[in-house]
Amino acid sequence: MRMVSVKRGVSQNLGFAIAVLLLLALYLTYNMMHPRGFSSAVAIQNSNETVAIAFVAMAQTLPVLLGGLDLSVGAVMTLTNCVASEFLHGSPAQILLGMGLTLLTGTLFGLMNGCIVVYGRIQPIIATLATGAIAIGLALLIRPEPGGNVDGDLGWALTNSVWDFADTYGLAQGGDAWWLRPFADIPVPFLLVVFVAIVVWVPFRRSVTGRTVYAIGSAEGAAYMSGLPINRAKIAAFTLGGFLAACGGLYLAIQTSSGNADIQQAGAYTLNSIAAVVLGGTSLLGGTGGAIGSLVGAMILRVISFYFRILDIDPLLQPLIEGLVLLAAVSFGAFRTLRVKNQLDLFR
Amino acid sequence: MTEAIVEYRGISKFFAGIRALEGVDFKCRPGSIHAILGENGAGKSTMIKIMSGVLQPDEGTILLEGGPVTFPSPQAANDAGIVCMFQELSLVPDLSVADNISISHPPRRFGLIDRRAQVRRAEDLLARVRCEDIDPNALVRELSLSRRQMVEIAKALGRDPKVLILDEATSALTTRDVQTVYDLLGDLRDKGVASLFISHRMHEVDALCDTLSVFRNGQHIETFAKGERSEGEIVRLMIGRDVEAQFPPKPPLPPAGLREPPLLSVKGLKWGKRLNGVDLAVGRGEIVGLGGLDGQGQKELLLALFGVLRDVEGDVLIGNAKGIPSSPAAAKSAATRLALVPEDRKTEGLMLGMSIADNLLAASFANISSGPFINPKKARAEISAGISKLQIKAGSPADPVMTLSGGNQQKVVIAKWLMIDPDVILLNDPTRGIDVGTKQEIYKLMRSLANDGKAILFYSSDYAELIGCCDRVSVLYAGRVVSEQEGDAISEESLVAASLNIGIEAA
Repeated sequence: MRMVSVKRGVSQNLGFAIAVLLLLALYLTYNMMHPRGFSSAVAIQNSNETVAIAFVAMAQTLPVLLGGLDLSVGAVMTLTNCVASEFLHGSPAQILLGMGLTLLTGTLFGLMNGCIVVYGRIQPIIATLATGAIAIGLALLIRPEPGGNVDGDLGWALTNSVWDFADTYGLAQGGDAWWLRPFADIPVPFLLVVFVAIVVWVPFRRSVTGRTVYAIGSAEGAAYMSGLPINRAKIAAFTLGGFLAACGGLYLAIQTSSGNADIQQAGAYTLNSIAAVVLGGTSLLGGTGGAIGSLVGAMILRVISFYFRILDIDPLLQPLIEGLVLLAAVSFGAFRTLRVKNQLDLFR
Repeated sequence: MTEAIVEYRGISKFFAGIRALEGVDFKCRPGSIHAILGENGAGKSTMIKIMSGVLQPDEGTILLEGGPVTFPSPQAANDAGIVCMFQELSLVPDLSVADNISISHPPRRFGLIDRRAQVRRAEDLLARVRCEDIDPNALVRELSLSRRQMVEIAKALGRDPKVLILDEATSALTTRDVQTVYDLLGDLRDKGVASLFISHRMHEVDALCDTLSVFRNGQHIETFAKGERSEGEIVRLMIGRDVEAQFPPKPPLPPAGLREPPLLSVKGLKWGKRLNGVDLAVGRGEIVGLGGLDGQGQKELLLALFGVLRDVEGDVLIGNAKGIPSSPAAAKSAATRLALVPEDRKTEGLMLGMSIADNLLAASFANISSGPFINPKKARAEISAGISKLQIKAGSPADPVMTLSGGNQQKVVIAKWLMIDPDVILLNDPTRGIDVGTKQEIYKLMRSLANDGKAILFYSSDYAELIGCCDRVSVLYAGRVVSEQEGDAISEESLVAASLNIGIEAA
């Protein structure tokens, strides 16, 4: 019975299972080849570089599950990055307020996207192409030049290990409490991503609204006929996407101590988020997959780029090799077609 | 007469100025099973869609238990206890059976969906429809059409309906499941539920319903209790004219010795676990039926012959060519051309959003092209020939095919394939969910095609059709032909007995 349900779980989430295996293989190999592999320092550096794309990929997952694409996720991240770079300083209360304001900005932007898609009846891809440009425009108004003022302690505490976090804020006897020791070496950024995934994504997936998002992507007509709240679910999906993109922007500000309205960076994040979503086993047709998969997909993309540091490869080759790896990875999904006996199943 | 649970007063509905319903007064009582009869386009679907909140009436009022109501959405109708099972299933393929059954009001714990309770609930409801074999954790996309319909029924039951609407809900069910549904509807009637039952199968209506209402041209013609009208009278009410014999006459069978070699012959056809050595032959001018219970390999057999399935084993001779075509493209362009009218016209038969004209031409571009370009003159000629040959009732060939009624959509599918002038025609339940008038036209067309020398292989889930249309019937059981019947030997008893794989003597 147990075996049957495990087998079913894997076969129903084949893309996700492949992504997890690929990530494990790539990251273990990377650590073995790295001179300081399996150390806290390497893990901290790696997770710092992964957080922003991980959040943006999770943000992209929601519109993709609906069967659409959100071309504004990178831009919303950039906008919130610039907002955060203005407010993350002063007293702890002020900093918390600034964080709230940053997340609220992204959430409201997502809400706006959702309303445009639902009430304006505009396809997500074109609606977000426009709103993405608006977000970049706002970001440039806020921060015409890169820069900003972000609390230094905060930056240090959130971008290092758990011990450093406790040490900075004098918690748990400055990080030396016995109960903290097993966790002391875990990177804080990694915990942040996992925390958001568990606190935001998992409940969402198990709510009626979340399930409606899947139902819309799978068969919108059937979802409507079943009396599901279609409009609410679409708006919720884009709003949550905006929130997650804002998490990415907030972290980027903390990590770099600045805001930067970089158009190219915004575009690159958007495209990478789509790649990460697909790598993580979410279908671009909608209805199957999930944000945890996209998280894994984002990690895979990043691990590939880490290899360029330890292997002596010309950095100019990086885009070429990333493209080939992406193609190879998504081709795994195509293997199933070799086993299909009824060719009509290929079109379902 | 007890008070009506749902009452229509002067309901009208127009689409782009064309009337779909006009001044309909209609009542249905609690504790009854009420059949809604009518040809396609008679307004049944519109009437049902208004009741279930999909459409809003342009005029008139709906009363629910005596009080006026409006249903702006299916959700509102559901909340009022009106549950509709549509012909186009309302299941979400990528979610599990349990998810689908409790889709809009799942059991919750701490505000989140309680998956275990949901699976238990699904198990209970599936047990009520005697489908314990369906795993609540399976994805709906993994189920066959008949299993999906049973899930749909379980889902509807779970909503505790006061009014249950079944729109062609039994069209794909196996005989056993149909019996289950009959029993269920009986139970619900005894509990005071009103069921509205739309079906094109008269014997189902006869077996099940206590009240019948006939619709024609958007108007409610008459409501009467079962038994007050004969079948012939009902059919006359539905179509507004007398009908001639339901099936066209069959030509006499040639004596066994004088038969030509068959155009299509199949020996020992095997595919996976679904086909286990099918032997079959169809000659020119013959209509050969495929009988048996649902899911015994009939559909797979047709798909295999049309080149859709991979790794098919066995000896197949089509005309003078050995072997199975490698793809539908090869099947339709071989020396002996094949055509397949598929099971699901909405996904496999038609491109719903494209025009009637484009759909008609979809299989025969080779015939109407000059070099790489479509010759518009030839195309127009072919389109109007196709429309007039099958008497497709369409405003303009440029209209999207989805604006047509089900029967006319099926005619488009058939006309599309006739354009390649096929030698062997494979039909997969071509009359499913279409009205009596169109069914008769299709029967006539099949016979006239056979008289023109085509070989026709015809799968139907309706025994009456097999008996009325076919020269010979091969009954499949577990992927093999277990019985072949000819001419007058084809009878309901013998078909049922063969379907269950029992000897006629035993039956």
